[in-house]
Amino acid sequence: MERLKLVLQYFQSNSESISNGICIILALVSVKLYTSFDFNCPCLPQYNKLYSLGIMIVPPIILFFLGVLVNRHTGVMMDEWMRPIGNRSKNPAVVKYLFSAMLQRALLAPMVWLLVTLLDGKIFICAFSVSVDPTLFSGFPNSTDLDVIKIMAKVPCKEDVIFNNTSFHKAVSRYIRCYSQAVGWSILFFLIVLGAMARLIKPCFDDHATFLQTRYWSNYLDLEQKLFDETCILHARDFARKCVVQFFEDMREDTILCLPHPPFITNFGEEWEDEEEERLHGITKQEQMDQLLNKWYYSKPELNVTRIAHRPRMCVTWKDCKGKTLYSDV
Amino acid sequence: MDKFRLMFQFLQSNQESFMNGICGIMALASAQMYASFEFSCPCIPEYNYSYGIGLLVVPPIWFFMLGFVLNNNVSVLAEEWKRPTGGRRKDPSVLRYMFCSITQRSLIAPAVWVSVTLMDGKSFLCAFSISLDIERFGNSSLIKGLSETDKMKLLAKIPCEKLFDNKQIREAATKYITCISQACGWIFLLMMTFIAFLIRAIRPCFTQAAFLKTKYWSHYIDIERKLFDETCKEHAKSFAKVCIHQYFENISGEMQHFHQHHSKDDSDNEDENRKSDEEKLLGIRAQDDMNKVLWNWHTCKPALALKKDEIDGEHNDRLNGEVKGVLNGFVKGHTHNVEKKEWAVYYSKV
Repeated sequence: MERLKLVLQYFQSNSESISNGICIILALVSVKLYTSFDFNCPCLPQYNKLYSLGIMIVPPIILFFLGVLVNRHTGVMMDEWMRPIGNRSKNPAVVKYLFSAMLQRALLAPMVWLLVTLLDGKIFICAFSVSVDPTLFSGFPNSTDLDVIKIMAKVPCKEDVIFNNTSFHKAVSRYIRCYSQAVGWSILFFLIVLGAMARLIKPCFDDHATFLQTRYWSNYLDLEQKLFDETCILHARDFARKCVVQFFEDMREDTILCLPHPPFITNFGEEWEDEEEERLHGITKQEQMDQLLNKWYYSKPELNVTRIAHRPRMCVTWKDCKGKTLYSDV
Repeated sequence: MDKFRLMFQFLQSNQESFMNGICGIMALASAQMYASFEFSCPCIPEYNYSYGIGLLVVPPIWFFMLGFVLNNNVSVLAEEWKRPTGGRRKDPSVLRYMFCSITQRSLIAPAVWVSVTLMDGKSFLCAFSISLDIERFGNSSLIKGLSETDKMKLLAKIPCEKLFDNKQIREAATKYITCISQACGWIFLLMMTFIAFLIRAIRPCFTQAAFLKTKYWSHYIDIERKLFDETCKEHAKSFAKVCIHQYFENISGEMQHFHQHHSKDDSDNEDENRKSDEEKLLGIRAQDDMNKVLWNWHTCKPALALKKDEIDGEHNDRLNGEVKGVLNGFVKGHTHNVEKKEWAVYYSKV
């Protein structure tokens, strides 16, 4: 339990680490999606390229939108950008920082999909098999009456009968996969170099002090929003409790005051009856209870607990018949 | 305070994450159901389309309704919608907000089913195999000379591996239709994600203040309902306790009262244990008495009306022993013997 609390506290204190965690989960989802997706090249000249490029482009867009959606910073950024000025001046640097952080995280999963696609090579083979020059490879199936384009379009479909006695399609596939992997590794290398350069050069251009400020205030906005939501919840709970108790107490028939025991009497024995009486809120008859439940549905009380929240404190003075004060709250 | 905050956040996040959890479980159940469902296309021209499209459309509707059934907030929404106005105005934006959030959660499992079905391609294959143009897949010798109905019968057999002879055409046709089906699936996913993105990310541009208000009050309604149930439960418990206690008192004939006679200095543990056992007897010490109690509990249950006066005569006497006519503190009701004078002075906190 202690460990769980610590972990929760750690995550709570650092909203950036939550975003990083979600980002990585989305990247893993992207890989899993690719491996479980049954890639089905149509092997027809008109549709190969369309299908393959569609598969290469549409899922990254979906993953990008998902990345933006699940990121908490999106909401914080939009709130900060769209809010009226009020009593707090707006700092555009904070909005820019949040935007760039959100964008970087959202771009990770699409990049992962693209790279996995390129390194695997199936999609490239499907897209570009018709553009390969068949004369470079031996074993071109001459026996069929299909034209060259149609045969080349069938290369990704290994099980097709026209490739039964030849390894032509394997050669072409390997050739295209080679290109695909080269492109994939180059993109990866380029991205890493870009990231490294950005990290190294940034301090030369950006004022580090300003950066510290913007990071602090963007973190602050996030925490402030969380705390506001929490406080609203606690408040709603308190409000509801007072409203319900007030409703119960309003249903009391008699107006006898419920005064506390004076101290010299309350020290005796159990006080469970006092607690029970308190919980009864003065409703002690079946008809009263029925009426209360009926009223709760037909005529809900208004949302105003000022009376019970600011009840005047009753101060009691006990005097004997001679007028001597036995006890006084005053 | 920190501990309380942590616990409460966990509870609150628990409620929402509970709903999200149910949502996620339903989505997984939907995918698993599709995987374990044995798709068997009828391969008959009249039924193929209905079967294929029916399988694409009917389970999502079922999942959508199941989402509504499993969501607790539906009854809260219905109650808030139908209640008479009473002392509290009704806010239509709160109702809209609750309805929207319930609908959003219920739409996830159907969307998962539809996308998994489209990605798999079998239902499209079953539904649209008869509309295929078979010439594009190779030799059209298969359909030469066939009448229209025979051609349709032949094409309808394509989804069934064992019924269609020409493996090559079958595989080519399967690939073609699966490809179209998958393209539709991806476009569907893209549309859903884009709409969700518009709703979530762009909405704060409009009506943010009103949104905060409706979020607070819809949450409040939920909490209030729970607290009312809790308070009723506590009340019922206390009611029952006092009722039963009064019943035992009445039956036993002894006005036993819980406020003890011994003074506070008596700190003998054994004595106290014995005394608490005495108390628990509630004045019933004989077999006949107990039988009477049990018999009456069934044949003649007490009325649901608690008596307010609980003062026992002995205690009263003890108090009054020294000072006659003194005011006593048992002012929950009227005392038997003593005239009560109540002086209450109100001081406000201001």
